[in-house]
Amino acid sequence: MIRRLRLLVTPDRQADRVVPPSGHSAWLTGFTAGAMTFLAVFALALSLASGRLADRWADALARTATVRISAPAEQMEIQTAAVLAVLSTTPGIASARALTPDEQKALLAPWFGPDLPLDALPLPQLIEVTEAPEGYDGEGLRQRLMAEAPGAVLDDHSRWRRPLATAAARLNLLGGLSLLLIGATMAAMITLAANASLAANAQVIRVLRIVGAQDDYIAAAFVRRFTLRALAGSGIGALAGLIGVALLPPVDEAGGFLTGLGFQGAGWLLPLLLPPIAAAVALLATRAAAFRKLRELP
Amino acid sequence: MIAFDNVAYNYGGGELLSEVSLRLAPGSFHFLTGPSGAGKTTFLKLAYAELLPTAGRVTIFDREVRGLTRDDVALTRRRIGVVHQDVQFLDHLPLAANVAMPLMVSGRTGDPRDLTDLLQWVGLGQLGDALPPQLSGGERQRAALARAVIMGPDVILADEPTGNLDWEMSLRLLTLLVELNKMGKTILVATHDLNLIRTAKNQVAARVLRIRNRRIQLAGADL
Repeated sequence: MIRRLRLLVTPDRQADRVVPPSGHSAWLTGFTAGAMTFLAVFALALSLASGRLADRWADALARTATVRISAPAEQMEIQTAAVLAVLSTTPGIASARALTPDEQKALLAPWFGPDLPLDALPLPQLIEVTEAPEGYDGEGLRQRLMAEAPGAVLDDHSRWRRPLATAAARLNLLGGLSLLLIGATMAAMITLAANASLAANAQVIRVLRIVGAQDDYIAAAFVRRFTLRALAGSGIGALAGLIGVALLPPVDEAGGFLTGLGFQGAGWLLPLLLPPIAAAVALLATRAAAFRKLRELP
Repeated sequence: MIAFDNVAYNYGGGELLSEVSLRLAPGSFHFLTGPSGAGKTTFLKLAYAELLPTAGRVTIFDREVRGLTRDDVALTRRRIGVVHQDVQFLDHLPLAANVAMPLMVSGRTGDPRDLTDLLQWVGLGQLGDALPPQLSGGERQRAALARAVIMGPDVILADEPTGNLDWEMSLRLLTLLVELNKMGKTILVATHDLNLIRTAKNQVAARVLRIRNRRIQLAGADL
């Protein structure tokens, strides 16, 4: 095993020379590794961005809740005061405040326009609740509200948060799946290139077998070459991908998700892991192809 | 060295060799003759484990070939020099690198002076940097012989080594084989060139084997 590993990783200029240097498989392997790594950089950026988005949505929504009070006009003030009193004594609630008529008007403006006659409509009173880091007992709070203010309904946003978080997690999953597919496609393409190269060099392999070369030696000559080509191609692809991501428009208030596509902080280093991974994929794919081919020969 | 015990070989279209029993003793010189298609090349391939017998036992250096792993086969071939009629080289490497190939694949680093001496011994001292496609048929055969002996093998198997050579070049190659035999190497040459065999018998105590009706016979005075 150690000898096999040494054969694979030790540069042996003479052994590398036994495989003729040119051929379509050479540029095909480098190009495939480069193109796939370029795409992988974007898939990685998508995956990381959707992960951040999921965290942000979950975080922002999880820390706020709303109490909606639907009551007759003469009961509204009493129930609002009762709800605020309950909230002020509930552990895990950082703060609670009733929205002003103007704030409620602003919330409805996108649907009904700015001239909404708020006084003429039986609108519920909204109370914005901010959760403390330790969190509160939602079920307990609901029961207390029911007892103190029958028209009050607690909405902890889980109904909205769940599909958003699910969507973001799915995006994250898709990003990861894309990376896997890109890796599998690269392995398949490099296997094809390696098979073509092995077939084109059947005479070389036959000569080497006749003069006493062991399978490890022959395979290593091909594996080293394909691994290095994949490493070089992938390095160029990763660099191009990083430049592409860096050239995307910067994050701004109006940008939303698309302008948030990219890397942050140490995340910029992650694409640098792709060339070694591509090289490892090439190594495994070529090695499997080489031994499969060699076993066909006497 | 190499022993065949009741060996048969079947290509799938009928039996090519049958009931072949033979022992190549150390230091012996054998010719193997017979018409084209008789099975000379198949016999040689069985002798260096490129083919496995369909019946019987082939033993190389006291090990039955069926029990050899692929690595064992490779290691065994380092002790057997093979010269083919259609000798194959790595065309992108110079002649010297091709001749030194067995050393390279076995991880040995030979003395460059030995390689130079070897090339001079086969008359190719000036052609070390030439690429194989630039060589004539005779030069390729002599280069193949140099490649076959560079590891100091115990056995040399040659398949029609003079098939593409003129008489003068054939004699030159024969002289090299005889010299190797005098150094103690076991030689087996498959050839249909009876003149070459008659000439060799004046220089070395060679046994002549003939493949006839799928079997190997010891040829006698009718040569």
